[in-house]
Amino acid sequence: MEYILETKDIIKDFPGVRALDHVSFQVEEGEIHSLCGENGAGKSTLIKVLSGVHPYKSYEGQVLLKGTEQKFSNINEAEEQRIAVIHQELTVFEDLNVTENIFMGNEIETNGIIDWDLMYKKAEKWINKLKLENVNPRTKVKSLGMGKQQLIEIAKALVKDAEILILDEPTDSLTDSETEILFDILNDLRDEGVTCIYITHKLDEVFELCDSVTVLRDGESVGSDKVNNLEKRDIVQMMVGREINQRFPERKTDIGETVLEVKDYSVVDPENPDQFVVKDVNFELKAGEVLGFSGLVGAGRTELVNSIFGAFPGEKSGEIYLEGNKIEITSPKDAINQGIALVSEDRKRFGLIPTMDVKENTSLAALQDFKESLSLNHNQEISKVRDYIDKLNVKTPSIREKVSKLSGGNQQKVVLSKNLMTQPEVLILDEPTRGIDVGAKYEIYKLIQELSKQGVAIIMISSELPEVIGVSDRILVLSQGEIAGEFDNSETRVSQEKIMMAATGGN
Amino acid sequence: MKEAKKEEGFLGLKKSNFNFDIKTYMMVIALVGIWVVFTFLTKGTFLTSRNLSNLFRQSVITSVLAVGMVLVIILGEVDLSVGSVLGLCGGIVGILDVWVGLNPFLTIVSTLVIGMLIGLWNGWWIAYRGVPSLIVTLGGLLGFRGVLLGVTGGTTISPLSKAFNYLGSGYLPEMVSNVLGLGLIAYIIYYRLHKRKKKKEHGFEVSSLTLEIIKIVLTSLLVAMFVMILNSYQGIPVLVIVLLVAMAIFTYITKNTVFGRHIYAIGGNEEAAELSGIELKKSKLIIFMLNGLMAAIAGILLSSRLNAASVSAGDGAELDAIAACVIGGASLAGGIGNVLGAVVGAVVMASLDNGMSLMGAPMYWQQIVKGLVLVLAVWFDVATRNKGE
Ligand SMILES: Nc1ncnc2c1ncn2[C@@H]1O[C@H](COP(=O)(O)OP(=O)(O)OP(=O)(O)O)[C@@H](O)[C@H]1O
Ligand SMILES: [Mg+2]
Repeated sequence: MEYILETKDIIKDFPGVRALDHVSFQVEEGEIHSLCGENGAGKSTLIKVLSGVHPYKSYEGQVLLKGTEQKFSNINEAEEQRIAVIHQELTVFEDLNVTENIFMGNEIETNGIIDWDLMYKKAEKWINKLKLENVNPRTKVKSLGMGKQQLIEIAKALVKDAEILILDEPTDSLTDSETEILFDILNDLRDEGVTCIYITHKLDEVFELCDSVTVLRDGESVGSDKVNNLEKRDIVQMMVGREINQRFPERKTDIGETVLEVKDYSVVDPENPDQFVVKDVNFELKAGEVLGFSGLVGAGRTELVNSIFGAFPGEKSGEIYLEGNKIEITSPKDAINQGIALVSEDRKRFGLIPTMDVKENTSLAALQDFKESLSLNHNQEISKVRDYIDKLNVKTPSIREKVSKLSGGNQQKVVLSKNLMTQPEVLILDEPTRGIDVGAKYEIYKLIQELSKQGVAIIMISSELPEVIGVSDRILVLSQGEIAGEFDNSETRVSQEKIMMAATGGN
Repeated sequence: MKEAKKEEGFLGLKKSNFNFDIKTYMMVIALVGIWVVFTFLTKGTFLTSRNLSNLFRQSVITSVLAVGMVLVIILGEVDLSVGSVLGLCGGIVGILDVWVGLNPFLTIVSTLVIGMLIGLWNGWWIAYRGVPSLIVTLGGLLGFRGVLLGVTGGTTISPLSKAFNYLGSGYLPEMVSNVLGLGLIAYIIYYRLHKRKKKKEHGFEVSSLTLEIIKIVLTSLLVAMFVMILNSYQGIPVLVIVLLVAMAIFTYITKNTVFGRHIYAIGGNEEAAELSGIELKKSKLIIFMLNGLMAAIAGILLSSRLNAASVSAGDGAELDAIAACVIGGASLAGGIGNVLGAVVGAVVMASLDNGMSLMGAPMYWQQIVKGLVLVLAVWFDVATRNKGE
């Protein structure tokens, strides 16, 4: 049988790591083929080989397209063969508008002159197709949330009219409804005969959308089969090499005194000074408690926590009490000094320093702790960093590796370590498991429980309802900047429907 | 997972150490290469102790500027005003020393303060008013030169008093040079062995003792040679001592302090740095003040070396300083660079100037070659960096 795309014995080495080890991988024409595996298993590396990001000769082995060997030396050559990729990390141009982004590199020209009218018209169509609300072709991408930016990124790949479309964790920052839209589009494309390779950590998606699945582990392909022949358990077992029975760890926490209290808190939209992104929010958070924040994207959850942390430009009003004392936070530094830490949802933009190594990134927020008179105590720093790297199981060849060379999920773990190192009293996690594999997710949930047992008060924002329900003691639902519901989740678990109802403004 | 860990201790760590070393040593090797070429081309004149001594003295001004500039570049900004600030501060030295007759110590202190205030001005606009550094300091490039013209009326002020003469053209006595050299060697031995011991105490793997000793011997030899060569002419120039002290302080700041780490973080990703609790504005302001201070020092040194303050002093020096930093591995995108590299870069440029003048090459050739070397150096850096991907 001839495959539309096939790799034979691909080996790809990076200094200190073998990312791919004799990977052979086959994709049939017209299917949606899922690629699964733990963080750092080599998924992104494999598609970078397929799409010319890692050029021919930088790896060993063969890439075959419809039976003929391909030697891509760059991305353009792969695109000429109608392979389009949506990479894991966003590559939108923030200062350009939606149309310019969608057609970046594929501008429509007539006689060498860009045909803006046509492009704006076509962009409009894409916007409708992707059901992007409140977006017009001239909207600056910067002003859109991550979910919408991701959809723009997807549109950018779709206009290339590809035969093979590769998506690397595309739903990472999408809400459920946005994910549905994407699935509809992918299903349509399959009907049109387009082949997709789909990387994800969300196994539900594999079963809902995909036809076949290939699992990578530690750079080796450990199995490939039709989805119909498999169960979730099988895939997890292949991925981690052992069975995982539980998705969430036991919750047994003694909830203590109130640590954080937020009163009549409102935040103004910096772009639209007469509108509020957060309005009259009141809540309290107790020591050892995990408070889940649920709501649709754009409900103001991120703005609320960023503003509390002193990192949101919009003007705020209201009061914050920490252990009964009123505090003023005007900058993240104030917040960190007061014992508040925030893991931001956008790790590339707000979490990582790409020019620094794993060690420097991890210790950055807690550097003051290693100060001895004037100097930094490097040895102490290294020990501490290694502790955290081990505890969170970050996969890196060494702590001196540039953080930009780590796989997406491992980068996320570095950001988490950085914030944990400040030993906060209040830890705010904004989508903490984005891009993290099943095994590691469990580890992070365990860590959350462990921290809460030690008395840390935790706020967790998550768009994954099962996660919020599985981890939180109490859940607050935000809708359009206001608290639309509060649920006690400690004894009996709240149903997803109830939360959705509150989030969408129903009753 | 287990196997990957094993690699971390063994392969991974060693390899990254190796990479780091290579980058620094590569620069030095390139410098030595340039020297060898010039030695051949000048039939040995280049390598005489007299010429090397001259070479070091010539490179001091650019080096001092580069030491400050590299911090600005690491921060992801640029300072085009340092040439004019150098000129202005040099002029102020002339005015205070010759016209006012202030004592040299007070003259120096006042000049340094003025340099810092100029840095404060630049930094304030950049950090607190959000004007891009390129614009603010371009304004400074024009403005401060104008101020210099205004206050000196366009005349050259000379001669300066004795103290400045000593600063600009003096040499340390041989004895003192030797003592300094030996002291430095002793410190290197102590420092490296102490560091090794501390690492062991923490249970980290360390390189083998033989390797360590080879490293110590090589560095000590380098120091000894440096002192001996300069001693066989007239001794270590006072100018060079000033530079070495500045280098030591700034290397310490960038490598061993929290503030230094913050500079790299801001240059790498401003937004993420701020969310990690770093005070952007304050840090930027301080860096520009430090850079103003270094420009003032360079101004004092240049006037001292020339024994005169002239309006054209330091014309175009900002570009030399930026080139030195970039040749030394700093990235104009921010987040990458180091003090030692910047000084080596400055010495590379001075070597090109010096070697070609010895050969009697016309001025225009010097400029062409310097331009080419700048482009080649950065190309080399980019090419080797991409290889790792
Ligand atoms: N440019 C690079 N330089 C060095 N090492 C790299 C580079 N890119 C990837 N690696 C390493 O290769 C391995 C595989 O990384 P890859 O990004 O393919 O993982 P992944 O399966 O996509 O993981 P994730 O689910 O976390 O995105 C990792 O150990 C990573 O550190
Ligand atoms: Mg990946």
